Amino acid sequence: MGRLAIRVDGLGKQYRIQAVQQRYKTVRDSLMGAVRGLGARLRGDVDGAGRSEMIWALRDVSFEVGSGEVVGVIGLNGAGKSTLLRLLARITEPTVGRGEVHGRVGSLLEVGTGFHQELTGRENVYLSGVTLGMKTAEVARKFDEIVAFAEMAKFIDTPVKHYSSGMYTRLAFSVAAHLEPEILVVDEVLAVGDTRFQKKCLTKMSAAGYEGRTVLFVSHNMGTIARLCPRAMLLEGGRLVQDGPSNEVVSAYLHGGSGTTAVREFSEPPGGDIARLRVVRVRTGDGRIAQVIDVRQSVSIEMEYDVLQPGHQLLPQYQLYNEEGIHVCSLHDVDPTWRGRERPAGRWTTTVTIPANFLSEGMIFVRVILMALNPTIHQFSRSEVVAFRVVDSMEGDAARGDWTGTMEGIVRPMLPWTNELTESGESDVPGDDAKTGRRARG
Amino acid sequence: MPETALPVFHIGPTSGWRSLKLGEVWQARELLYFLTLSNIKVKYKQTLLGASWAIIQPFFTMVVFSLFFGRLAKMPSDGAPYPIFTFAALVPWTFFANGLTQSSESVVRIGNTVKRVYFPRLIIPLSSIMSGLVDFVLAFVVLLGMMLYYGIMPGLHVLWLPVFLLLALATALGAGFFLAALNVEYRDVRYVVPFLVQIWLFATPIAYPSSLLSEPWRTVYGLNPMAGVIEGFRWALLGTGVAPGPMLGVSAAGALLFLVVGTLYFRRVERTFADVV
Repeated sequence: MGRLAIRVDGLGKQYRIQAVQQRYKTVRDSLMGAVRGLGARLRGDVDGAGRSEMIWALRDVSFEVGSGEVVGVIGLNGAGKSTLLRLLARITEPTVGRGEVHGRVGSLLEVGTGFHQELTGRENVYLSGVTLGMKTAEVARKFDEIVAFAEMAKFIDTPVKHYSSGMYTRLAFSVAAHLEPEILVVDEVLAVGDTRFQKKCLTKMSAAGYEGRTVLFVSHNMGTIARLCPRAMLLEGGRLVQDGPSNEVVSAYLHGGSGTTAVREFSEPPGGDIARLRVVRVRTGDGRIAQVIDVRQSVSIEMEYDVLQPGHQLLPQYQLYNEEGIHVCSLHDVDPTWRGRERPAGRWTTTVTIPANFLSEGMIFVRVILMALNPTIHQFSRSEVVAFRVVDSMEGDAARGDWTGTMEGIVRPMLPWTNELTESGESDVPGDDAKTGRRARG
Repeated sequence: MPETALPVFHIGPTSGWRSLKLGEVWQARELLYFLTLSNIKVKYKQTLLGASWAIIQPFFTMVVFSLFFGRLAKMPSDGAPYPIFTFAALVPWTFFANGLTQSSESVVRIGNTVKRVYFPRLIIPLSSIMSGLVDFVLAFVVLLGMMLYYGIMPGLHVLWLPVFLLLALATALGAGFFLAALNVEYRDVRYVVPFLVQIWLFATPIAYPSSLLSEPWRTVYGLNPMAGVIEGFRWALLGTGVAPGPMLGVSAAGALLFLVVGTLYFRRVERTFADVV
């Protein structure tokens, strides 16, 4: 590595988060709460009010980046990636630690930074360009190139509030892609636009790298990271846990523990008088225990439990949560053999199979529940007992198709699609005998 | 890239009062220009009457004041016709009051940008207030028209006018910086500002002359920097009222104090803007 571009040492950032507030029951309570809160705030004793706590979004992070390096930053949501970029871009200050940055930093933390709805495309190109750190003369010089890149020449004097979201994004990204700071920090902005425009942007970005620019690049898309960045850093819970060649780091991330497990055995089985939970396992479609599941494969979750008292109807269930804590779905045992029937005592294994091409990419955390019915008596309910990661190898045969960017949604079904050319738009192509013939007949 | 000496930026926690780093603001003057320009362009978009609002506001306040304070209450006006007496005050006042209102909301309004890119934050309220200058010029033209109508020719005093405008600017900036920064953490500011502006209006000699007060109280009155600004405007344009003296001195010192305190406070709390906005 040649010249130094970035050096940080023991960087940490603490945030205050609002803890779950007690719900006020009466006007009097809420007024009292407001007064207490105000009093506590004025005394500077925010924690004393018991309503907020401090968390470390980033902790003890140290690394160096040489000039011209393109580095990917990966990790789960909340691992501190965005915080790190913000600190480097001087948008916010660290709580502890030091760092130095050699050269101007351009931040691309979201497209459309500095855009104003009421202004025209042209006005916004200038406003956004200058906000992102360009000189007016620089914007003027690159203006035609920016507009051409965005393929927007026709609408450049229309207020952006009349743009479609695709047009807006293209123009916004085009401005950002023409930034030429020595150091560029990019957060997930490629998660926009259509595939073709996205490829264009990737080309532009890697060109930026080849011109000797230093780039720090956050993405959830491992394919993009591996393609664009020779080096990657993995953040976990605010700490830098791995830093090295991106293929190694990416594979560590995909197979990595993150403190979760595909098998959980209980030495002291939780449960009630009727049933106790012993083991929970995650298996791939072919029966292997696995933590990483290809999106094209089915996945089975099984719970093994002891039924201590015979003569009860039981309802085993799973609840799946993604890494944002969103409840993806609840799965209830509908096995016709045992529905509505009382089960004898003994060791049971209940398995559900989730079909291939159903869950989205990302971590899935499983909650395991079992209750007795009529009357309803909860036996056990354990959250985050097991977890697995759904990955897409980006070979184009899953529900993403050829799209390699971020794909939103908590499920990702593979559905039948059809296309039909209902009216040909190529009737003017010269020398097309078939068409000419048809037109002559009609 | 053939750069020889790249600028080096240091990252680290700071605490307490910080230097003003006005050099940074100067370097980002192009951004100031574009933000001001877009504020101006956006201000009257999708309004029926457009920029004439810049005139309507002070003009109708003048009409109301003339009716109630001039006609009914027979408020003295230092010998000038009451309408122009109060309009000469309302023009700088409207600039100040709108500047204060706009700037106090400015940082919160573009909070999304603040979270995503670094630039000297002082530019945000600064551009809000600068964009009010266009309105000021429009209203000022109407003021000149009224002077023509009443046959008032300003003397050489008028050369002082830029000084008074600068004082109004300094006061607006100082108070605007302070309130903009405070508003980031405490949105209560948004409810306080209209109230504050109203009280401040009556605490400033707009509907009445400061000659109602005798010395030394008039000098004490100058602690409200806008009092000095308003009396200055009247003196420079209409030739009435109080010539620059102790009261103006106090007002100038007050305006400067506002500016310094407001700027220092803004700089002190701006480090957490991106976290709390």
